[in-house]
Amino acid sequence: MDIISLFIIVPLLTILVLVFTKGLKQARIISMIGSIIQFGMAINLVFAYFKERAVNDAIMVFTKDVVWYEQFNIHYNIGVDGISVALLLLTTIVVLAGVFISWKMKDLPKEFFISLIVLSIGVYGFFISLDLFMMFVFFEIAVIPMYLLIGIWGSGPKEHSAMKLTLMLMGASAVLLVAILGIYFNSNADGGPLTFNILEIAQVNIPIEAQIIFFPLTFIGFAVIGALFPFHTWSPDGHASAPTAVSMLHAGVLMKLGGYGIFRVAMFLLPEGALYWSWFFIILATIGVIYGAFAAIKQTDLKYINAYSSVSHLSLVLFALLMLNKTAWNGAIIQSLSHGFMTALFFALIGMIYERTHTRDVTKLGGLLKVIPFISVIYVIAGLASLGLPGFSGFIAEMNIFVGAFQHDNMFYRVATIISVSAILVTAVYILRVVGIMLMGPVKNEAYLNLEKVTWYEKTGILLLLIPIVGIGVAPLWLSNMILESLQPFIQGVLQ
Amino acid sequence: MNIGSFLLMRQEILLLAIILLLIICEIFISQNKKSSIIHLAIFLFGIHTIVGFFAIEESEIFGGMFRTNGLIHFFKNVLNIGVLIILLQSADWLQEKIVHENRGTEFFVLLFSSLLGMYFMISSGDFLMFYLGLELSMLPVAALAAYETTQRKSSEAGIKLILSSALASGVSLFGISMLYATTGSIYFNDIIEVITATNLSILGLILFFAGLGFKISLVPFHFWTADVYEGAPISIASYLSVISKGAAIFILMILLFTVLKPLMHIWENIIYVIAVATMFIGNLFALRQQNMKRFLAFSSIAQAGFILLGLIIGNQLGAATVVYFVLVYVFSNLAAFGVVQAISLRTGKEKMSDYEGLYRTNPNLSLVMMLALFSLAGIPPVAGFFGKFFLFTAAASEGYYILVFIAVVNVTISLYYYLLVVRAMFLRQSDTAIPFFKNNLYMRLGLIIAVLGILILGIYSPVYDYIYELSKNIL
Repeated sequence: MDIISLFIIVPLLTILVLVFTKGLKQARIISMIGSIIQFGMAINLVFAYFKERAVNDAIMVFTKDVVWYEQFNIHYNIGVDGISVALLLLTTIVVLAGVFISWKMKDLPKEFFISLIVLSIGVYGFFISLDLFMMFVFFEIAVIPMYLLIGIWGSGPKEHSAMKLTLMLMGASAVLLVAILGIYFNSNADGGPLTFNILEIAQVNIPIEAQIIFFPLTFIGFAVIGALFPFHTWSPDGHASAPTAVSMLHAGVLMKLGGYGIFRVAMFLLPEGALYWSWFFIILATIGVIYGAFAAIKQTDLKYINAYSSVSHLSLVLFALLMLNKTAWNGAIIQSLSHGFMTALFFALIGMIYERTHTRDVTKLGGLLKVIPFISVIYVIAGLASLGLPGFSGFIAEMNIFVGAFQHDNMFYRVATIISVSAILVTAVYILRVVGIMLMGPVKNEAYLNLEKVTWYEKTGILLLLIPIVGIGVAPLWLSNMILESLQPFIQGVLQ
Repeated sequence: MNIGSFLLMRQEILLLAIILLLIICEIFISQNKKSSIIHLAIFLFGIHTIVGFFAIEESEIFGGMFRTNGLIHFFKNVLNIGVLIILLQSADWLQEKIVHENRGTEFFVLLFSSLLGMYFMISSGDFLMFYLGLELSMLPVAALAAYETTQRKSSEAGIKLILSSALASGVSLFGISMLYATTGSIYFNDIIEVITATNLSILGLILFFAGLGFKISLVPFHFWTADVYEGAPISIASYLSVISKGAAIFILMILLFTVLKPLMHIWENIIYVIAVATMFIGNLFALRQQNMKRFLAFSSIAQAGFILLGLIIGNQLGAATVVYFVLVYVFSNLAAFGVVQAISLRTGKEKMSDYEGLYRTNPNLSLVMMLALFSLAGIPPVAGFFGKFFLFTAAASEGYYILVFIAVVNVTISLYYYLLVVRAMFLRQSDTAIPFFKNNLYMRLGLIIAVLGILILGIYSPVYDYIYELSKNIL
């Protein structure tokens, strides 16, 4: 058994055991054990990857290729490079933290954890796939549990949000399906067989006319889940209605599928199309960066603030990917990771605050620093990381993105970059505003004086997310090197 | 011709033997043991299904009137499995409503006769045999649709079905006569060689297509569907939506891909337009249905629209994807119908709003329903996804990207109404939820077979490869 397939098999086994459990206690223990094993596997994978990389300079390592549907040349084809390893690590951490945060899930706990793990299978599978068909399958597997997770365990207008989210994402994947078929039927342009294999298609010169048609379809298909303006509307509603752990996974991991897919499929396989269309999508991404930031200022619901902030941050990822150079791409990947940890941390904290005060309205909260200092301090730290303070992951990411973006000496790119940079300022405004209103000042409500203490499982979940944020910020080089190495073949492919 | 060549018809002969055996048994079974006919019929048909899996050689008899090959034989097996599931699912209903009125045997005899008609229809080597099979497959079903004699709606369904299918057969026959007029033969093998696109042959093609379109319930020939499904007993509705439709699609495919292939430049345009219309009408009408039977009726209209995407390309890939999709569709649709039937029988409830809170009282039924709906909607990793993906791949292989795009838009629309049922079952809670009930063994077995099909067919790729190999034969 290769160590990559385990990322699908272990969660499957976890689900199998979960089916036979009864009650919350058994369900959460099993889920915790399963996620800890996955976390261990991810750590192990990082070390194994470095060891393997030293002796193996293929684009993908730990590959495994089994024919699935011979007639269509569909393979079970997996492998990882530095980028997928980093994203897998992110996913395992967020899933584990999510399990800890959902420690007290009272309603249908077994079903909740099963859905959560099905979602994580989709995400793992997506990150390790080297076959377009497989990638698409896992993409949909990751999306569909969201319907149940938000619809059953959510709050507020949950049915509406769940339906909206599912239809928009599945609609996007439908567009993506057309694009994948388009790529597939052009993969024999150089006379080879039709194939879904990403690495093989990358060697083929797909006709430019086809690239121009299918690049926007691929891009939009993936970008909807990456919250591209104007297709981001599912995201704030979905976040606001979702239960805490689901918001964490959703913003922390699921939305990363968009950027990753664009990078792996749209840019890598259709580089000419990317050059042709990049101006158009840069405009959309720039609008998203600014729009998300300004929308966050106006919100009073904590989850909405964070959701719009996610739109802004992830538009920045798309923006960086569209810059088509190494520095910006490096920034895009680090931004994906850093945003994954940060936003998951935010949602975890918001969930904890909500559980205690039963409100997410900023204007009704106040002086929390005095009552729940642990949560408040972490909130400030996460906020500082989010606005890109040096020493945290966000700074490294944004620095790379903007340096990379400014390398273009074209006026259009520079204007777009300057506009995007200004969003950082706006970010500072909405973060500090929340910190000021919610955490400082007098305690607004007597009832808040005796809020519940933070429990051990909450602390564990929080620390799991906080350590990487600081880790990436303080020692970014190992991650950066791992990513840069893996970017090399992609950059070469695109720039040729 | 010797006795041995009759063995080519062994499926037909065996089914006929079962029919006769059931009639004879009816005489000897005493009045208070009537329900044993159900066990007997299911047992015999189960054996018939298993025997069907023995391979058969490709040949034709009766001067080419009856022919068979691997694909036809395989498709008969698909029909057998479908009918077996339907029998298992309707055992309970027969036991409670039908047997004590002494009408149990007739149910099986009529159902098997109709199946026999379908065998002859898909094995036909000329238009005469085809037409006989078509009629034999339709008339008994009309009687079955009106089987719940105490219900006015059931009688109405029977009348509607017999009238519209008589009209459809008539139109079809008219089309066949025109094809005969232009080619001078009713044998498929002869027609292939002489048919050309003249005005008369095109008109014949259109009329013939319209007749089969009724059976497949393609738009604009779909008006009978929802009313008949709603009025007929659920087992008959599922028979109509799966077996009858599947057989009609299969023979349509065979005829278009072989006999009418020279007219491909005509019929591919017809199919294009009808596919778009069928998908949109089926899906848009399904959105607002509250009755589960009507809901599934419109959903199955829309599914027929998707199947046309495989038909349009007219080659081996198209044939394989169509047959594979029908196979998957048999399991998915029967799982959904099975749950509707179980609930309808125990509680009499058939509305979508009655399903609210079902998961908390009947988790297993809800999960079966959810899997079935996901498969119909085409969500991985269940089989329906693979079926749809391959159909779309088939259409895209000939450059029908716009059509595929329209289809995926429709997939998204359909996802909405399938999720409405999931929403009722899982997301809603209700004080008047359907209380927990236990299904009998047959119903459980029927649902389990259907669910296994849904779960395995997609991930286990050799099934598709096998169908693809068989599809070589028809061209």
